Amino acid sequence: MSRADTTASILYHRVVVWLLFLILLLPLAGTLLYSLSTSWSATILPDGLTFKWYFELWGEPRFLKAFGQSLLICFSALFLASILILPLLFVVHYHFPRLDGLMNILILLPFAMPPVVSSVGLLQVYGSGPVQLVGTPWILIGCYFTIALPFMYRAITNNLHAINLPDLMDAAHLLGASTWKAAFLVVLPNLRKGLMVSLFLSFSFLFGEFVFANMLVGTRYETLQVYLNNMRNSSGHFNSALVISYFFFVLIFTWAANRLNKDKS
Amino acid sequence: MSATEPRQSRSKWLAALWLVPFALFFFAFQIAPLIWITLNSVNVDGSWSLANFEKIFSSKFYLQAIKHSLQVGFWSSLFGIIIAIIGSYSLHQVDSKLRDFVMAFSNMTSNFAGVPLAFAFIILLGFNGAITLLLKQIGWIDDFNLYSKTGLIVLYTYFQIPLGVMLLYPAFDALREDWRESAALLGANTWDFWRHIGLPVLTPALLGTFVILLANALGAYATVYYLTTGNFNIMPIRIAGLVSGDISLNPNLASALSMVLLGLMALITIVHQVLLKRSYHVAR
Repeated sequence: MSRADTTASILYHRVVVWLLFLILLLPLAGTLLYSLSTSWSATILPDGLTFKWYFELWGEPRFLKAFGQSLLICFSALFLASILILPLLFVVHYHFPRLDGLMNILILLPFAMPPVVSSVGLLQVYGSGPVQLVGTPWILIGCYFTIALPFMYRAITNNLHAINLPDLMDAAHLLGASTWKAAFLVVLPNLRKGLMVSLFLSFSFLFGEFVFANMLVGTRYETLQVYLNNMRNSSGHFNSALVISYFFFVLIFTWAANRLNKDKS
Repeated sequence: MSATEPRQSRSKWLAALWLVPFALFFFAFQIAPLIWITLNSVNVDGSWSLANFEKIFSSKFYLQAIKHSLQVGFWSSLFGIIIAIIGSYSLHQVDSKLRDFVMAFSNMTSNFAGVPLAFAFIILLGFNGAITLLLKQIGWIDDFNLYSKTGLIVLYTYFQIPLGVMLLYPAFDALREDWRESAALLGANTWDFWRHIGLPVLTPALLGTFVILLANALGAYATVYYLTTGNFNIMPIRIAGLVSGDISLNPNLASALSMVLLGLMALITIVHQVLLKRSYHVAR
């Protein structure tokens, strides 16, 4: 290949990557601009810029309540997922390694079953009868645990393989630690990074979950996404400020996960 | 060793008790709903019957929903994967600083989906959207209806791109740079290289990605629900309408329609497996 050829191809690849970036950026940039504009209708660019929509949003009690409830549900679900998945991973990998194959099939279910399909069953099973969970935040905590499960299981499994669990446990036993002590004081601290990365990533998509929240609970315990949906007839600028504020939080959490991941390598 | 064995096996079974809470929660929130819809899809007024499925496959309305689901799913996955292929390949060729930045950004935008995404698209591409107006002024389009099938395909394609890049980017590692140089030395041009080397090597990854994108599009609900307030006839909307609408509640019919959706996904996975077996494999 001649030099001119190489320069041309480098230029081509740079242009493609920048175009990809611009395509992905466009909806976000558009919403950001809309949230900062005084009014913007039937023109290509807005009339003027202002922060008033953000002040209005962050002074709105219903928004603050929905925001707090979203955080509460996400954190509770992640706490539940952690206390269910960590012992599971330890027991599977230390005592029953062959169960890992079965687990890898089971964790496909949350992927394979769209939330709208799960909701059909959940609405009937928990809508009436002995366990009535529909309309309460409890059902969302349970559902969000299943959404986070595949990601957390895979991420922490990778982490477990990296630390060589059997050797680590043998070493701890030799030094006189009980299995309990070894699990808590030796294995757990070594999994901290994998756990944190998967928690940050899980948070960033649980925070944006809409289908379960809207179908199973709706306005009875309004989350941020349901609030955004219910505000569809209010000012577009106000809603833009809402979308940008929401995405800002997602950004912080994905960025944190990214940083942690980089430190590891 | 043998002296400690009984103790070890007892502690092993005690450890197994830790699996119980997980199993209970997983059953309650994942398995139980699946069992419920499976049983009730073949249940009409308390007796076994395939009437629900007969109703779906003889109704123009439900067949149209299935058709729309497949069309929007197929085209958005196709456009999404084409953009992801071109993007992933170029990402491999640029300097690491630009690559890391765009990859990180792409991963972040994969969370920009559902209701917020539909909202952003209304601002940009709605009837009075900035891009719609811009393109009209340039004269490239006469009109654009985001709330139509074409509009949905554009919107779905957007959320397929980050997922496609995330899944395909690692696959391009398998394509070694010296292969292209060797091919060029042997007289192959760019087209020959992709036709005979690049695409065959990537085929398994492309098929796998396409299947995931298709499943992703078939199950998507939030975006289309917010965009059309539940008025576009597509499978997830119909399913949700049958269990949470104000009129015509019919959870058993919703279960049957859910089974059709799951069946379509299973069919796609089977086709994928068959194609995978027939495709060319790189010796590992």
